[in-house]
Amino acid sequence: MSYIVPPGLYAIGEPEHDSPVVVTANYKMSYDLVRRTMAGRDVWLLVLETYGINVWCAAGKGTFGTGELVRRIETTGLSRIVSHRRVILPVMGASGVKVIDVKQRAGFEVLFATLRIDDLPEYLDNGMSATREMRELTFSLSERLVLAPVEIIGGMKSFPLAGLPLALLAAFSSGSFSINRFAVALILYLIAVLSGTLLTPLLLPLLPGRMFAVKGAVTGCACSLACAVILGRSPAVGPVDLAAVILMMTVVSSFYAMNYTGSTPFTSPSGVRREMQLALPAMAVTGGIAIILLAARAVFL
Amino acid sequence: MKGFVYLPDVVTLELDQEACIGCGICPAVCPHRIFEMRDSKAFIRNRDECMECGACALNCPVRAIRVDAGVGCASGMINTWLAGFNIRLRNDDSCC
Repeated sequence: MSYIVPPGLYAIGEPEHDSPVVVTANYKMSYDLVRRTMAGRDVWLLVLETYGINVWCAAGKGTFGTGELVRRIETTGLSRIVSHRRVILPVMGASGVKVIDVKQRAGFEVLFATLRIDDLPEYLDNGMSATREMRELTFSLSERLVLAPVEIIGGMKSFPLAGLPLALLAAFSSGSFSINRFAVALILYLIAVLSGTLLTPLLLPLLPGRMFAVKGAVTGCACSLACAVILGRSPAVGPVDLAAVILMMTVVSSFYAMNYTGSTPFTSPSGVRREMQLALPAMAVTGGIAIILLAARAVFL
Repeated sequence: MKGFVYLPDVVTLELDQEACIGCGICPAVCPHRIFEMRDSKAFIRNRDECMECGACALNCPVRAIRVDAGVGCASGMINTWLAGFNIRLRNDDSCC
């Protein structure tokens, strides 16, 4: 399925020469959201070529940028279509667009409107002025969960790379293979991925620690302890198994929680780099111990 | 941002108040309200809340703001790092 909309100038309703011009990316979801929110109004929609990437990510890469905006204003002949010289951009596009350069090169004034598309109608009705709330990022429960499916699917992709080999290793005990152990190990891996990709984002502001890896380790450890209590009832499960389960689930959850930094609007690259420098070695050591335990159990314990 | 603060003392944001001409673009483009205008000069309210998106530095007409801009995304950094070893993980359906 293609998520790309052809770039260019689109009409919403029946815009005239004095209608506002709203700019967005050619990611289909961005385009659809703007069209839906602007339904019932007469607005020009200028879609930039961002190769199907959303405004925020494309601005960071420079594709939702000064050059593309100037080029698109020129190729669409916008200055002949509208009488005013203003384009309205989402605030999240500001990291790619230099206002004074657009003014100099294309003769258009850039107005950064609001952070959220939902506030755009009110911004337009207020004579293009934004309230404090429209310019301040939030990260509410629904905003945290909207990206959870992407995170979960991303996590599931590690199944053949990490989940399957781990489950195969865990399936052996004292040299013999057990399909039950294999199946349980797969389920535990799945729970650990969900702990990092769903539970951690859900509980994000309540979890201790500033680092996402720490928050994910807390949820992962809690989930693994709950699993260990249930598994411990089985006589076939030994203390080495339980130790490996707790360590490995904590690591997997912690890793996916750290990945969630990319979905949040408040983590700085310098901070993520610092976090990775501290957390990745800790994860490698902990995961390594868990694998050694599983391998020992597989062969002779 | 309300309820969320990331690691303290890592952000690279710097503002040269001497150079600032008080145009007011930095508070307009910052999604975290880091900047405030005081006596016709920009002022950093809470540096630790900065996510280093670079919108302020890009738009400052007198280059009074400096920040190592980028996207704070661990998987992106891991992919860049892997690419350095010529390892590429398939990433077709990502929006980022």
